[in-house]
Amino acid sequence: MIYFNNVTKKYTDSMSLDNVTISISAGEFVAIVGHSGAGKTTLTKLILAEENPTEGTIFFESTDIHKLSSRDLTNFRRKVGVVFQDFRLLSNKTAYENIAFAMEATGKDDEEIREDIPHVLDLVDLSHRATHFPHQLSGGEKQRLAIARAIITQPELIIADEPTGNLDPVNAHEVINILKKINDLGTTVILTTHNRAIIDSLKKRVITLDNGKVIRDDKDGKYVI
Amino acid sequence: MFWTHTKRIIRSGYRSFVRSGFTSLSSILMMVITLFVITSLIFVKTTLTTALGNIKDKVDVTVYFIPDANEEVITDIKTGLEKLPEVKEVSYTSADEALESFRARHANDYLALQSLDELGDNPLGATLNVKAKDPSQYEGIASYLGNGDALSKGALTIIDKIDYHQNKVVIDRLTAIIAGAERLGFVISLVLVIISIIITFSTIRLIIYMSREEIGVMRLVGAGTRYIQGPFVVSGILVGISASIINLLLFIPISIWLGNKVTDFIGLNLFTYFKDNFFQLFIIMLGSGIILGGISSAFAIARYLKK
Repeated sequence: MIYFNNVTKKYTDSMSLDNVTISISAGEFVAIVGHSGAGKTTLTKLILAEENPTEGTIFFESTDIHKLSSRDLTNFRRKVGVVFQDFRLLSNKTAYENIAFAMEATGKDDEEIREDIPHVLDLVDLSHRATHFPHQLSGGEKQRLAIARAIITQPELIIADEPTGNLDPVNAHEVINILKKINDLGTTVILTTHNRAIIDSLKKRVITLDNGKVIRDDKDGKYVI
Repeated sequence: MFWTHTKRIIRSGYRSFVRSGFTSLSSILMMVITLFVITSLIFVKTTLTTALGNIKDKVDVTVYFIPDANEEVITDIKTGLEKLPEVKEVSYTSADEALESFRARHANDYLALQSLDELGDNPLGATLNVKAKDPSQYEGIASYLGNGDALSKGALTIIDKIDYHQNKVVIDRLTAIIAGAERLGFVISLVLVIISIIITFSTIRLIIYMSREEIGVMRLVGAGTRYIQGPFVVSGILVGISASIINLLLFIPISIWLGNKVTDFIGLNLFTYFKDNFFQLFIIMLGSGIILGGISSAFAIARYLKK
């Protein structure tokens, strides 16, 4: 599904990814681990085409992501759901409207929006918070809302960049459980984290990055650095 | 789908405008200042035009004829003057009318009236009062009247004097003042309008700059350019509409006050002017507000939509 072919990303004064070649199949749950600055976030930014690689190519199925036109890039992004450590919710929209925005952006009709949102709010246990604004939600609730927004359009891929970074262990566990459920339903999940406990309990594929290089790629991996 | 999309953009822009509270208010206030400047300039221009019009109207050239001038020749001169493109109006006062008017003016001046009675004959000649379309054109009219080729010989001999030359300095100075005031007014207006537009544009840019992360999130959830840009433009338009309404409301007491204070001085009641032109002023303000708000937003957001 996703193929990194000898990808290097250099910034002016540092090397963030160094000749990375990995491939991720449809339906996989892949954890990308590493210390801060190892290149995890750069890797997700490259998949979302927020940044361009300095060298190498990145394919989503048979498409080179970085050769897409602006319109095709918008369409590509509709196939990907994103969850960030800092939630990145739309602050002047309610929880309901944050989710509706993602559906409206992908051209879903009003009836579909009215039917689907209560289900996804129920799935992330936020039905009672539908009319609240992000600043009225706790960290865990914000992250569950971000997940609801990411999955509402039934994307083929979910990228969760440090989704538990700002959460306490209970909320972190809840968020990971939701991601596992989504993966069980067939959606590919890429999770970046440096939370050892989460990785060890997941028992999924683990790619370990260090100084921009892939140093391990284990099928049923553990957090080993 | 087009209508659903448009409806969503308008709804989203409206919600953002209402929920942004203080931010929307600050944009509205900046826009009110801009529209206030524009409206003030319209008022100043109208005042200036009216005042200058009144002054221009007071300037004229009078042609004095000798007392026994032939009336037919004077009528020919009048017809000739009326044919000149720079002449606005020519009025004829006969010798008898001039005498009557003199007597009326000096009704309480016994000595003047007695001297007139002692003279027996009417010592006053007929006059032609000439008004030009513009004060700068009096010189041309005066030279026409002094030109033997343009007028018949008989006509030249019956002209006693033309008071243009006596008034020349005043007319020239007035012409220069009017032209200068118009030029200066235009330049000041242009500068003020440009400054106000820049301030409004910068305020809207700053507000959109504060939303840049949200714009990034919208892009990442797959929102298209129009869908991201649309609500910001709608909010900008709503800022413009609100500001134009507030601005017009502000001008009601201002024009009443000015109407009471300066009507005699400028010869125009600004409140009456405001009332009579309310609809046009509202359209100008609304149009300026909508264009300023909408275009500023569209431009300001464009840089965040490149990728």
